[in-house]
Amino acid sequence: CCLLHTHDLVVVPLSADIISTVEFNYSGELLATGDKGGRVVIFQREQESKNRPHSRGEYNVYSTFQSHEPEFDYLKSLEIEEKINKIRWLPQQNAAHSLLSTNDKTIKLWKISQRDKRAEGYNLKDEDGRLRDPFRITSLRVPVLLPMDRMVEASPRRIFANAHTYHINSISVNSDHETYLSADDLRVNLWHLEITDRSFNIVDIKPANMEELTEVITAAECHPHQCNVFVYSSSKGTIRLCDMRAAALCDRQSKFFEEPEDPSSRSFFSEIISSISDVKFSHSGRYMMTRDYLSVKVWDLNMENRPVETYQVHEYLRSKLCSLYENDCIFDKFECCWNGADSAIMTGSYNNFFRMFDRNTRRDITLEASRENSKPRAILKARKVSTGGKRKKDEISVDSLDFNKKILHTAWHPKENVIAVAATNNLYIFQDKIN
Amino acid sequence: MRKRGSRPIYMPVRRRREKANMYSKGTKRKFSDGVDNKAVAASYSLQRQSLLDMSLLKLQLCHMLAEPNLCRSVLIANTVRQIQEEMAHDGSWQVVTEALGGSGHGPSDRLVDTEVLCQSSEQQDGGPRLYSVMGYDGCREEEVVTDKALCSVVVGDRAPALLLGTIGHCWDRGELRVEDGVSKDSGTGEEEGTKSGEGAKMATGQVFGTFEIKNGAPGSDPALEELFSDVDASYYDLDTMLTGMQSAPKMGPYDFLDSLASSHGSVSNSSCRADLNELDHIMEIIVGS
Repeated sequence: CCLLHTHDLVVVPLSADIISTVEFNYSGELLATGDKGGRVVIFQREQESKNRPHSRGEYNVYSTFQSHEPEFDYLKSLEIEEKINKIRWLPQQNAAHSLLSTNDKTIKLWKISQRDKRAEGYNLKDEDGRLRDPFRITSLRVPVLLPMDRMVEASPRRIFANAHTYHINSISVNSDHETYLSADDLRVNLWHLEITDRSFNIVDIKPANMEELTEVITAAECHPHQCNVFVYSSSKGTIRLCDMRAAALCDRQSKFFEEPEDPSSRSFFSEIISSISDVKFSHSGRYMMTRDYLSVKVWDLNMENRPVETYQVHEYLRSKLCSLYENDCIFDKFECCWNGADSAIMTGSYNNFFRMFDRNTRRDITLEASRENSKPRAILKARKVSTGGKRKKDEISVDSLDFNKKILHTAWHPKENVIAVAATNNLYIFQDKIN
Repeated sequence: MRKRGSRPIYMPVRRRREKANMYSKGTKRKFSDGVDNKAVAASYSLQRQSLLDMSLLKLQLCHMLAEPNLCRSVLIANTVRQIQEEMAHDGSWQVVTEALGGSGHGPSDRLVDTEVLCQSSEQQDGGPRLYSVMGYDGCREEEVVTDKALCSVVVGDRAPALLLGTIGHCWDRGELRVEDGVSKDSGTGEEEGTKSGEGAKMATGQVFGTFEIKNGAPGSDPALEELFSDVDASYYDLDTMLTGMQSAPKMGPYDFLDSLASSHGSVSNSSCRADLNELDHIMEIIVGS
């Protein structure tokens, strides 16, 4: 499959709010986005039809709802942001769809169901719903189902609250489809989807004396197949794999992944740029990928001492770390994702650039998500950042990069070459049209 | 005791051509004896100092936000620690400690020595001591020009002013206890160097103290006690008891007590009971009975 030529740009300008998470569901039919205003917008892929051949697989808005509201913690005198940090879909079990969405403190399970038929011809009710006088009913009729305008309803089915003192950074649904984990800066909790008043604490790295704190949890994920295995990453660039069968509290890891530091490139910023912002298992469950500030690393779960592959995302920033520290960009948390076949990985960068790496051919490409440079159905042009003195035509120099335009959230369709890229408050969906 | 202003001829400095990439590549220093050593060293110290200042500024500012990002705070604090450790290792810290008549402790011992920090009762001034974030190289004559500039920028204007502002802000909010016992004597160059190290250490140590409520020992300073006599500590106990979790105080810039008290977080039984009575009282008020 040729992932390097993408067509079919669909730009959906959302409201003024910044998109904070993007996630396809298991089939890829639905795409959910969460934003800083606590809203969730779900897109649905249109079915192919002969009437509209060009609209093959376009994503249109399916449902919009307010998932989280700003809250005020009166005891601590602190406002709790309504920003959606993560959305994770649950596997579909019936006609309705379910997802988990979380802000800093509270996780909610939402059920999204649609109605596109209504019953008409009730015996005991009028068309407008008023009860009919039973004595006036002289004949029986069978109600019929008539099509109606599709109505999509989202309702909160569970609210999982008060289990996190620190800010939730990850949620992950377990392969048993019954439990899920949530992680904040210092703890990881395990929940049962049906039980909201209790959760099990499975990792706790909070030191007895908070002044001794030097490391926090940055991301956590359940293994895609082994329901007893999960990983969590840290701000020191380490990943710990834990087995829940080993102990109730998984403070001691089963595996510890860390790449030894390269002493020649050590600087005051080494630790900060080694901090892992995202960790994702491959679909096969054999590998996992981590994103730190400058690179993406693929790890074989059987090898702890170094990654099997390392991809440089924007190495040209290494000489700018001091400025990036000053303007806080060095703390940006980029996410990363696999394609369905685990043959390619994608992650974002600055200037609305995002990068894709083909693991087999070792080719990589830089693309830009911007309206000026893309028209619908146009092929995306590869971009290049010039690092040396000479800047070629069409190249952009490092100093001209816009560090306010950062692509932190991207998602890849689980089966096809369709990607969703969030650029601040715009969502871009790219598809690869194979002739 | 090393004469003030003298320095060894051979001093670990960065090679000149790596100077430009101090932040990108390793800050490994090479043992070399070129004539540029002093200039390079000064430039490197300056850059390192400015990084330290920037980091401390960030730590202060993040305390003013609603709820600081813990990951970011931890990373910045670790950076500050790293800079401190390097400053200790390259000998600039040692001059300071020797000047203080150090009892033979190594430079790194001074970093963790909280004895000085605990001398809160011997505070001279009524107001808060300033944490001067001055370079440790301040005592060297050769670099006097550079460091004077540094002093005038840093000590006079920036960090201490901010610290003052922070401290004042902290008091306005009726924070539990604010003590900033630093070294007792008024500042000579060496002492300010000490203070800066400790200030930085306190900054890093206290960053996370604010994320926790500590029921520390009562303050030993009667003046401060009087100041805070109307601040009800049991408010926070209420939270702990109700939620069973430890909660964070609102924007307390520095929970000074954390780093000052030698024992942390242990609450005596009697104070618990007293707190429980207060708790009942508060509950009555809350439920409006």
